[in-house]
Amino acid sequence: MSVRQRVIEPRSVQLGMRVVTLLVLLFLYVPLLVIFVYAFNPERSQAWPLPGLSTRWFVATWNNLEVRSALVTSLKAGLGATSIALLLGSLAAFAIHRFRFFGREAISFFLILPLALPGIVTGMALNSAINIGGQVIGLSFSLWTIIIGHATFCVVVVYNNVIARLRRTSGSLVEASMDLGADGWQTFRFVILPNISTALLAGGLLAFALSFDEIIVTNFTSGSEITLPKWIFNNLRLPNQRPVVNVVASVVILASFIPVYIAQRLTQEQPVRAAEQAETEPALQAVAAS
Amino acid sequence: MQPAVRLEQVRKTFGDVVAVAGVDLEIRQGEFFSLLGPSGCGKTTCLRMIAGFEEPTAGRILLQGQDVSRLPAYERDVNTVFQDYALFPHMTVYDNVEYGLKVKGIGASERRRRVADALAMMRLDRLERRKPGELSGGQRQRVALARALINQPRVLLLDEPLGALDLKLRQTMQIELKTLQERLSMTFLYVTHDQEEALTMSDRLAVMNQGRVEQVGTPAEVYENPATGFVAGFVGASNVLAGDAAGAVTGSAAAFTIRPEKIRLAPLDETPTAVESSAAGVVREVVYVGAFTRYTVDLDGGGELVVMQQNLTMSSMEVLQARGQRVRLIWDRQHNRAIGGSVQEQREEER
Repeated sequence: MSVRQRVIEPRSVQLGMRVVTLLVLLFLYVPLLVIFVYAFNPERSQAWPLPGLSTRWFVATWNNLEVRSALVTSLKAGLGATSIALLLGSLAAFAIHRFRFFGREAISFFLILPLALPGIVTGMALNSAINIGGQVIGLSFSLWTIIIGHATFCVVVVYNNVIARLRRTSGSLVEASMDLGADGWQTFRFVILPNISTALLAGGLLAFALSFDEIIVTNFTSGSEITLPKWIFNNLRLPNQRPVVNVVASVVILASFIPVYIAQRLTQEQPVRAAEQAETEPALQAVAAS
Repeated sequence: MQPAVRLEQVRKTFGDVVAVAGVDLEIRQGEFFSLLGPSGCGKTTCLRMIAGFEEPTAGRILLQGQDVSRLPAYERDVNTVFQDYALFPHMTVYDNVEYGLKVKGIGASERRRRVADALAMMRLDRLERRKPGELSGGQRQRVALARALINQPRVLLLDEPLGALDLKLRQTMQIELKTLQERLSMTFLYVTHDQEEALTMSDRLAVMNQGRVEQVGTPAEVYENPATGFVAGFVGASNVLAGDAAGAVTGSAAAFTIRPEKIRLAPLDETPTAVESSAAGVVREVVYVGAFTRYTVDLDGGGELVVMQQNLTMSSMEVLQARGQRVRLIWDRQHNRAIGGSVQEQREEER
């Protein structure tokens, strides 16, 4: 990794860049902030400035059974999709990293592709697949079809994180472990797993965050099941529900923000010979592309 | 006594590439043995097959008389010091050294005692809580050694372990390694492309080229009596004269080598004595290296000879004036070494 050259800019350019950076950040975060502020609105109707601050809608939301059941569905879907992603994503990464076989590059490509495919296409495809599955093997729209739908793009996130970590973990570590008398299982347990554990955790957190606020694929695969984003979407246009929607949206924002933040911290930490790590782990790339 | 390591007609191919083309070797108990050769000569592949990281395509590998060709690495009584050390980055120095004992299920109290001994032996006791990332190159080297020695292997395999160190540290470590090997009277198998390293440390060495062993012998034997043109060229600098060029000097077309430091630069009109060989030529190139000067001389009879002369009285200005001069080269005939084998091959490779 080459040390980045510090270019000295004129003062005016420096100032200009700061202003632009600030504007971009405001553009990104002010709308989110507005939602947060409105969540504390004491009234049902939205008007600026707020007449005061209140947590009454938080209480109302907590007691709203529809929201609760949507939250539970979202949590189940997120955990389910994350578990599948952790299992399949890390196994795929091990296989692609460890073995040279025919079609290896192609498989790697097809694993990453769902990240770039428009959600609506994935959704349509899954929808018709589930319909056909319904006729052939009695598959029906349910929590499971949501989980499968989410897993299509969650697997990539885990795969990307794990394979990036494996690539920067020296191959001779495994040989050194075997050389010292450790069999395959001991090597996995004492050498490989500790080296990829933060990548697994980061991948899992990101997968969960992706699943938790996903709506496009969910719409096509959920049937009558209601997830939290779906509930927001359905209730957005009802003025009556507006305050509760604001609270739910705030919770979704937080629930996405925290795992992404932790995941980034985990992948920034560089336990393996810092100087040699040119490759940044694709934690946030994945989120950005989805 | 059984040899510590025995290779019988060992071959290794990767697809169409022949890495090791039938090697026979015997490494004796307690000797410091080096595999010396240029990169790609198969020396590291040999080491990896002995360690158990590669399976030979054909042939047998015996450790202490036992055929281990098909045994996995973790069932062989050898340990390796890797070129990049391969220290476990997430473990402390202590845990790294303890690892071999832990995975073999040695009891906690014995582990503690043996790790403490190993750390003390390699002067690492103060560093035991550090992680590899917090160590210098020389310290990592010592951790890698302590870790590999903790299981008391029959043979210690070292894969160019000094390559990453700077010159001074490398020279210190050469002496340390040799001392350590003598103290433990353990068999060391050392892989290197550095002929000086191999000559300094080894009891015996094998020079390898293109997957084959060209010569096995003590450092003095290999240096003084190179068996092939390749060995002559690779171990120390050497001149090879063959065909007409050889005929012009010795009267016979048989190929021979002569070491540059044995040749003396003389005035054109000096007559050699009865025991001396001589050749006249033009100095094409002069390289001043401080303690000595290297002259390349185009011979009248064809071919060229490199001559090394100590700078006894001459300054750099004076030696550089030799360029373009006609000179006579004189040396004691007994230093001519007839060689067979791959002279031609060696020449082509140099181009």
